[in-house]
Amino acid sequence: MDPECSRLLPALCAVLADPRQPMTDDTCLEKLLDWFKTVTETESSLLLLQENPCLVELLSQALKFQDVSSRILSFSLRLAGIFAAQENCFQFLQQGELLLGLFGEAGPLGLPAWNVPSVRSGWIQGLCSLAKHPSAEQFLVDCGAVDTIFSLQEDSSLFVASAASQLLVQVLSLSIQGRATPQLGSSDGDWPSCAQSIVGYLEESLRSGATPQITQALKVLTTTFGRCHHSWTEALWMRLSPLVTCLLEKDTVPTAHSLADLFLSMARSPTFGSSDCDLWVTLAQTLSCLSPTQAGPLALGILKLHVCPQALKTQAFDVLLQPLACVLEAAAQVPGSSGLPDGTGSNPTMADALLASTSSCAALLCQSLAHLGELQALPHSPRPWPQVLLLEATMMTLRFCSGSAVPISSVGGRLCGILASCIRVQRAALDFLGMLSQGTGPQESVTQVFAILLEYLRSPESSPTVLKKAFQATLRWLLSMSKACGSNNPDPHTQPFLRELFPVMQKRLCNPCWEVRDSALEFLTHLTTHWGGQPDFREALLASDVPELTQQLLQDPEAYVRASAVTAMGQLASQGLHATPSGPEHPGAKQKSLPQELLHILSLDSEGFPRRAVMQVFTQWLQDGHPAMAEDLEQFMARVFQVVSRDLDWEVRVQGLELARVFLAQTLGPPDCPYAVALPAATPPTSPAEVLRTLGRVQLLEFAFRALFDCDRPVAQKSCDLLLLLRARTAPGGGLQGAECNPEAVTVEAALRAWQAGEQGQPLGELVPEVVVAILRALDLEGLQATLAESSDHVEQSPRSLLQDMLAAVGALGGHEADCY
Amino acid sequence: FFQYCLSGHPTLPCNILKFKSTTIMLDCGLDMTSTLNFLPLPLVQSPRLSNLPSWSLKDGNAYLDKELKECSGHVFVDSVPEFCLPETELIDMSTVDVILISNYHCMMALPYITEHTGFTGTVYATEPTLQIGRLLMEELVNFIERVPKAQSASLWKNKDVQRLLPSPLKDAVEVSTWRRCYSMQEVNSALSKIQLVGYSQKIELFGAVQVTPLSSGYALGSSNWVIQSHYEKVSYVSGSSLLTTHPQPMDQASLKNSDVLLLTGLTQIPTANPDGMVGEFCSNLALTVRNGGNVLVPCYPSGVIYDLLECLYQYIDSAGLSNVPFYFISPVANSSLEFSQIFAEWLCHNKQTKVYLPEPPFPHAELIQTNKLKHYPSIHGDFSNDFRQPCVVFTGHPSLRFGDVVHFLELWGKSSLNTVIFTEPDFSYLDALAPYQPLAMKCIYCPIDTRLNFIQVSKLLKEVQPLHVVCPEQYTQPPPTQSHRMDLMIDCQPPAMSYRRAEVLALPFKRRYEKIEIMPELADSLVPMEIKPGISLATVSAVLHTKDNKHVLQPPPRSTQPTSGKKRKRVSDDIPDCKVLKPLLSGSIPVEQFVQTLEKHGFSDIKVEDTAKGHIVLLQEAETLIQIEEDSTHIICDNDEMLRVRLRDLVLKFLQKF
Repeated sequence: MDPECSRLLPALCAVLADPRQPMTDDTCLEKLLDWFKTVTETESSLLLLQENPCLVELLSQALKFQDVSSRILSFSLRLAGIFAAQENCFQFLQQGELLLGLFGEAGPLGLPAWNVPSVRSGWIQGLCSLAKHPSAEQFLVDCGAVDTIFSLQEDSSLFVASAASQLLVQVLSLSIQGRATPQLGSSDGDWPSCAQSIVGYLEESLRSGATPQITQALKVLTTTFGRCHHSWTEALWMRLSPLVTCLLEKDTVPTAHSLADLFLSMARSPTFGSSDCDLWVTLAQTLSCLSPTQAGPLALGILKLHVCPQALKTQAFDVLLQPLACVLEAAAQVPGSSGLPDGTGSNPTMADALLASTSSCAALLCQSLAHLGELQALPHSPRPWPQVLLLEATMMTLRFCSGSAVPISSVGGRLCGILASCIRVQRAALDFLGMLSQGTGPQESVTQVFAILLEYLRSPESSPTVLKKAFQATLRWLLSMSKACGSNNPDPHTQPFLRELFPVMQKRLCNPCWEVRDSALEFLTHLTTHWGGQPDFREALLASDVPELTQQLLQDPEAYVRASAVTAMGQLASQGLHATPSGPEHPGAKQKSLPQELLHILSLDSEGFPRRAVMQVFTQWLQDGHPAMAEDLEQFMARVFQVVSRDLDWEVRVQGLELARVFLAQTLGPPDCPYAVALPAATPPTSPAEVLRTLGRVQLLEFAFRALFDCDRPVAQKSCDLLLLLRARTAPGGGLQGAECNPEAVTVEAALRAWQAGEQGQPLGELVPEVVVAILRALDLEGLQATLAESSDHVEQSPRSLLQDMLAAVGALGGHEADCY
Repeated sequence: FFQYCLSGHPTLPCNILKFKSTTIMLDCGLDMTSTLNFLPLPLVQSPRLSNLPSWSLKDGNAYLDKELKECSGHVFVDSVPEFCLPETELIDMSTVDVILISNYHCMMALPYITEHTGFTGTVYATEPTLQIGRLLMEELVNFIERVPKAQSASLWKNKDVQRLLPSPLKDAVEVSTWRRCYSMQEVNSALSKIQLVGYSQKIELFGAVQVTPLSSGYALGSSNWVIQSHYEKVSYVSGSSLLTTHPQPMDQASLKNSDVLLLTGLTQIPTANPDGMVGEFCSNLALTVRNGGNVLVPCYPSGVIYDLLECLYQYIDSAGLSNVPFYFISPVANSSLEFSQIFAEWLCHNKQTKVYLPEPPFPHAELIQTNKLKHYPSIHGDFSNDFRQPCVVFTGHPSLRFGDVVHFLELWGKSSLNTVIFTEPDFSYLDALAPYQPLAMKCIYCPIDTRLNFIQVSKLLKEVQPLHVVCPEQYTQPPPTQSHRMDLMIDCQPPAMSYRRAEVLALPFKRRYEKIEIMPELADSLVPMEIKPGISLATVSAVLHTKDNKHVLQPPPRSTQPTSGKKRKRVSDDIPDCKVLKPLLSGSIPVEQFVQTLEKHGFSDIKVEDTAKGHIVLLQEAETLIQIEEDSTHIICDNDEMLRVRLRDLVLKFLQKF
């Protein structure tokens, strides 16, 4: 332990033990515990206590329960546990009967403080830390803690009950570990007494018939099988399995979720997964007796298992597919030759769940769609994957939701009414439809997919969130189509679809709901990024009003929309698809060019998002060598850097530095690489002095120097990196002669120092190349980089600082009070 | 309790309720869809319309050619448009005591009812309903009267002729009762019969019934009505909305505990969600104007237009429409815009609070101030000077048969740059456009109907739980065009009773109680006896006095002779009708104990037999039979009065007297 901390400890312990000085900040105590935990991981706890007797005193103070606040009591219990985790320290604390006093029956159990959940929780966590060695087991038995742990299983506080359950698992595992498993049979005598009492308790709970007790017992078992993979767990299961499987025989299984968790935890354990116990039979039985909604998560869990019999996986897959099979059946479309299980006909509970109410139907369908979506993304998705039928079923679900399905059967009619305009199902189905784009489908299915997507994109009834999902799904399908066909071979679906799409986009860009305009713009950006170069796409886009409408949205009242419009315009312009400045509807009105318009947004927009978007567009344009930037580049850059250096949003300034970096890299040209295969560039490399003069003209240097002392760390870091790069390329040791004693350099340095001190008003002198080199050399950029790399609170996070803060908080550090002001 | 159904139109209802001793008319909506069979009335001479070919019967008989014209395959009546009135033959209108109006759209037939049928009662409506209703009527009269048309067609109405006409004229119902529009004088006279009421105000009708208007959330001053007596309650729900628009929200709680809920005026477009439609409206408007086209919005001068203007107020800047003029043309445009701002107490909470800032509750005031929205009484006059294109015009009438809208359709119909956007759901837009075909103008149908849809109805019914629901027959089955949509109908238990035009429905009331008041001095004299915990009984002798549907129990009249010390004895003499009352009995006879008592009193040889209704106790020796049933006990013995009296007294021991 840090000697300085050691010195502060006695005062702190005195403060903690003093009931007149209540510690109000819980987080300090938590941090203190964390610190002790770290210390005891590397040092001997015994030594620690011997060297710092104040700690033992603090713990014994906690024994005078009436004097101690519940906060400190809980803290002391946990602290004692941390120390007693080491066996020699445990013995040491035991000698003083300190542990018995804290955790035994004479401890806080009978006191009013026990009613405070944090005290009960502290007691449990203390024991959790402590129960690590054989002596602890005996202690637990002797002090009667096990019975208390049983009673805490049903604690009113969920946190306490959950921690108690974890503790029970730990105690069970502690008492059994190290004993020979073959001895563990079904008779009580075979088990160590402590384990025996726990197993007895579990048996009793499972038999009780009361749902909370059964659930708690199942949770204990789930944790046990999840954590311990020794062979004794199998013995434990042999003993308890009849009681557990008994639960499945009831008409409705009240603890379905806990049972599913338990079986899945067992199936994942190497002890059970490979053995020939009848776990798989039990799982199959469970799948068939749970209600459709309850069986869903279990089925998904089974399908995610690495080791599992194929028959069980098929059964689980059927559970997930069944709701969709019902939808197909309801639409009076006879399920195909294979792939989907029978629908409602064979499973009346499924029909009940689907047709009972909108909420149960939506819950079941959404769950099924989400689970199937999760499975599809897995590398080992179930085979055979009924792609076509899933496509059909998903589209049919979407048609039911939009009211465009015309079912013949009565079940279909009911379903139509239940699902009509159900936004939840629409979202889930569109998500899943998007995922299905990964697989292939027959031509007519794909045509139908695009038709239903268009229906949703077009329908005025689609809510903004549904529309967003429809955009996403459309994008995924378009992408997969173009991937399947290759870039030279236009897909037969895309072209007609695009022709229909842009009129819809026009309408969406004019929607009064800003979320709709925003997602339409985002969609447009993605479309343009991927297909901006394709003639079909360009033709369809340019035939519509979409580019003009996008430009108009640069003035949208909503900041998010403006930001998306900036990004979209940037992308359109990159591909040469933006509207020409003089629109036909405003002849005569002189319009700004796009770069000027974006610069206007950067200078005047009151919100950060559009300004950030503008900087990203500029950086992208510069990187791509966009023609809009080529004209008068220096003058334009100078204007941008001038504006961005005064921006109030640090993210905009960081973006500005990124633009500066790209500009710098382009001005410098590629670094001299001895192994470069490329032919020497046609233009001779620019001289460092010329580079610096250019940077000066575009105001980049002033911006970078100003940013170096920015109060926002990421800005300063980025600027530091930029200047380091500049120094490496323009003033590497030799080369351009610095002018250390140049009087101008002195002025500039003085100005920089003033800036560093926070006086940004002072003007920087003229930045001639020599001065810049001199300053770059004079500045300790590496030092600055190292300082900036450390997080701003690295000083404040040290344990010493913690102790000082805690003492200062109660005013125990005399004379420091004034610091607060 | 009867309901006479005078209108077949579910959103323009007219029903008469015979409730207790009152006759109450609920709404008098005017079905204007009949006007779709007529040619439009152009404001400016239209060569196209006046040169339409005549239509004649296939047999070459040309006597109809003055009355019927053909346009794009449809046949129209060339005369002043006529309206389909509510059924007036079903019940004598002079017997109607009151008319309750629920909103300004449902009172358009009022002059027909109040002026020429012998009606002498009172009409109840809220103030905004009266004022805006007046505006709607004024606009209607103005639209029709300013284009005088001498011709009145009646030959085609002849039943033998009508069945030879093409659809839809052939299928038009009750054409003989169709009437021309009323005059302004009739409107004024009809409206003068209206008595203004406020929400939750209780209005007594002849002491028998109390009626109360409740906010229905659909339009300014729109109401549902509760009609109740002491033991019966009918709720009349007509044109209600649960959406947050400009009017006060709907009062649902007061509809609870109804015996019958009469449900009319649901949304006419159950599959269209108003939010989506407003979005569609705005984006089509913006796209048209961007491309240099004009937008025509046929509308009523009040109602949804307020919400549309508010929506546009927020939208025009984002859509870059700030420079596009919006024109609102109606003879009552000015009054409508101004009235909306002064009915603060009838607005939603949000708008009410604005009044205290003080700010106008509707933002159209600002649109007018900044010259973005201009309003004119007609296209003549100032409008022609200010008119600038591209522009957006809001004008009536939504039927496209009269009003300034006719002019704009003729003006803009030929260009595909222009768009007509239908927002009012009352008329089929295809039928409305029929006499303008062929039309190059784009047509967008985004009906905005904020009235209850079927999901909201089912929630409402769950919430208020009426014992019975009565509704137009259209609501009890899915719409004919979407017969599979079982969700587009009222689904309740017990199933709703449906009605159609000219039907009389007996309402299912079960209770048969009346409330009777007891005078305090009479109540004082009662001596209740508790016969069961919580239940006390007393006998009462009194005179039942009934006047104005109120029933009062008064103490029996006393003797006019001076009272003396022997008063008590005289009481019975004074009222010869009133016999000395035997005490009333109550309780049940426990058979076992009764038998024991009989044995104690010396009866032996007792046999008890169980019967379906109770027991028979047989005294074999005395040849006597005591029949004990739930509500009667008989002692049957042969001419032994002594024995009977003895047995009677034993029976009476087990019963309570009072």
